Amino acid sequence: MTMLATDPMHQFVVQPVLELPTLFGIDLTITNAALFMIATTVITSFGLILLTGRGAMVPTRSQSIAELLYGFVADMVRSIMGEEGRKFFPYIFTLFTFILVANLIGMFPGTYTITSQLVVTFALALISFTLVLITGFAKNGFGFLKLFAPAGLPPLMYILIIPIEVISFLSRPFSLAIRLFANMMAGHTLLKLFGGFVLSLSSLGAVGIAAAVLPLAVATAVTALELMIAFLQAYVFAVLTCIYLNDALHPTH
Amino acid sequence: MEIEAAKQIGAGIAAIALGGAGVGIGTIFGNYLAGALRNPSAAAGQFTNLLIGFALTEFTGLLGFVVAMIILFG
Repeated sequence: MTMLATDPMHQFVVQPVLELPTLFGIDLTITNAALFMIATTVITSFGLILLTGRGAMVPTRSQSIAELLYGFVADMVRSIMGEEGRKFFPYIFTLFTFILVANLIGMFPGTYTITSQLVVTFALALISFTLVLITGFAKNGFGFLKLFAPAGLPPLMYILIIPIEVISFLSRPFSLAIRLFANMMAGHTLLKLFGGFVLSLSSLGAVGIAAAVLPLAVATAVTALELMIAFLQAYVFAVLTCIYLNDALHPTH
Repeated sequence: MEIEAAKQIGAGIAAIALGGAGVGIGTIFGNYLAGALRNPSAAAGQFTNLLIGFALTEFTGLLGFVVAMIILFG
């Protein structure tokens, strides 16, 4: 199979890395996806512990990196949800750093991008969605259902508006999950595709190698774009979760 | 028609979604820039809205990509 090396979809295949026995009906085998999920968690946790280490009053260079990240997410949570959103900060911060680090790890050659798996992103989206539901009903009771019926409309309009609002509410976890998954998958397919062009062109001899500079330049530009997308998608996921949580806190807005 | 050929054509047609996403993203950033040049002091406050609009628009294009992938590999 010579196709395998340049097949742009091959990088997304989940393969077992370490075979483990099945315990209580749960297959404990470590796949490459699971391995990089563990790596993401370990790097994020220990990275932040190391960076903030001594917790000096005047931050050192490494500590200010962690504080920058903290301040960035804290500002975002405060500007969208206000002071009430403070109790959701740990969740939003975890979500943001996990997706950001997972996306950035995926940019290294030879690694596996876990956010390019729909299962992973959908699990994250479902956690957010469940949190919104619990918060909404816990804080407002059945008043949360006012979210589906905005005030001040002619009564006849509600027949039309309520189904639309319900469908748009239920499609939120899907749009969250598919956005992240499709972005990462499309980006990495594109990178691999242009890498494949370079390989197949340069096998044509001197003229081919000269022409291969073009797709190589594009691949480099796409890599830069992907680094931006990696950050942007983590940010968008966190911001949209904040907005949905704000809806749950203030359903009448 | 061969089913394989129809699949390829269908995946190609699904890529038309990118046209709409391109127009949408251009509109969002163009209008943001136009607004930001008129009132630069208010521009920073709308940056979050810009990114949300960008993400929502980009999503429609990505749905086209997902449809193409489902047609090709699903």
